Amino acid sequence: MLQGINLECIRGDRRLFSKVNFTLESGGLMQVQGANGSGKTSLLRMLCGLSNPAAGEILWNGTAIRTRDNDYFAMLTYIGHLSGTKDDLTVIENLQISSALAGFEVDVGEALDALERIGMAGREQLPVKVLSQGQRRRVALARLLVCKTTLWILDEPLVALDVTAVKLIQGFLEQHLQQGGMVIMTTHQEIDIQAKSIMQLQLV
Amino acid sequence: MWIIRRDLLLAMRRRSDVLTILFFFIIVVSLFPLSVGPEMNMLRAMAPGVVWVAALLASMLSLGRMFSNDYVDGTLEQMLVSPQSLSLLVLGKALAHWLVTGLPLVMMAPVLGIQYDLPLDALAVLTVTLLLGTPVLSLIGAIGAALTLGLRGGGVLVSLLVLPLYIPVLIFGAGAVEANMAGVAFDAHLSLIGAFLMVALVFAPWAAASSLRVSME
Repeated sequence: MLQGINLECIRGDRRLFSKVNFTLESGGLMQVQGANGSGKTSLLRMLCGLSNPAAGEILWNGTAIRTRDNDYFAMLTYIGHLSGTKDDLTVIENLQISSALAGFEVDVGEALDALERIGMAGREQLPVKVLSQGQRRRVALARLLVCKTTLWILDEPLVALDVTAVKLIQGFLEQHLQQGGMVIMTTHQEIDIQAKSIMQLQLV
Repeated sequence: MWIIRRDLLLAMRRRSDVLTILFFFIIVVSLFPLSVGPEMNMLRAMAPGVVWVAALLASMLSLGRMFSNDYVDGTLEQMLVSPQSLSLLVLGKALAHWLVTGLPLVMMAPVLGIQYDLPLDALAVLTVTLLLGTPVLSLIGAIGAALTLGLRGGGVLVSLLVLPLYIPVLIFGAGAVEANMAGVAFDAHLSLIGAFLMVALVFAPWAAASSLRVSME
């Protein structure tokens, strides 16, 4: 269970948001909404421990994440605006290395399987620098399939993806939620996901 | 340890980056005998200092790239949210940096030392001091690179931050070779560089990791 209590974010001398509260239970999807510059990415970075809230507390199963005193970071996959892929490495090397960083050793078979499921079959040995934006995003998102984490924090995961890829990712999200996972995401696109609890968090 | 393998793999894919550093070192060291002239005694006297200063500059040239590539493509964010210890990741990256930029300098130094007419045992001492000292440069450099991450003009700033911290290593590194040539015992110098290395191994990764967290906020 992930809880945000009275979260506040200040950038420079501007207060982006304050008194943000939420509770995300197993199987829940939280969609963060708001205009450009309303602090969606700042909130997600906060939830990943990349920055500290100006006020408030983020609790994972009752303990604060900033103490790093729990399994939060082992249970978390964050995919931000930047894909986190290396241009000079091949698709499969990227997937294996980024999952190793997240604490999951992935063998070649598993990696190939995940890349096939995400529609990158036949391009495993290409260096990422020759790929299109949408294909890079697919490589980054393939990590969701090989890392067995509970909480997915996704910042605009559907940007640059084509219609079939969007459907594919929505399918993965649905499956993850059915298995008791949690998803926090921002998107400006319409999403069509069936889950037992869907929450909208509106930032103003 | 896979992070060392990854950084070495990346370096292999971009060999030119590694070679530029090495050639910079070779050229700087070779410029002095050419400009000063074939005055053997003077060359011998200045050799340790010149080689060490060139090593400092060469190692500093590559510091900017230690974290900035990972910062630009988002890998650094992933390292920060990783359950693995950030200090250990930084240690791995600093070691990879040393293997790629420091070790080639160490191996090249005895060859370059010949230009200065250094006696054989002085060449050996020079190589040993570089072997002990260049990892310290990479480790201290990691702190500077982490602090200046994402800043405009970070390259100049990092030299201002890091060069003063390199001074002790420089003094004892060059000092050991001079002591050897003067026929005095130099093991105290080596012990001190070894001590710097131990201290840097323990504290630098931790300091650089904390700086990274601040820089990324």
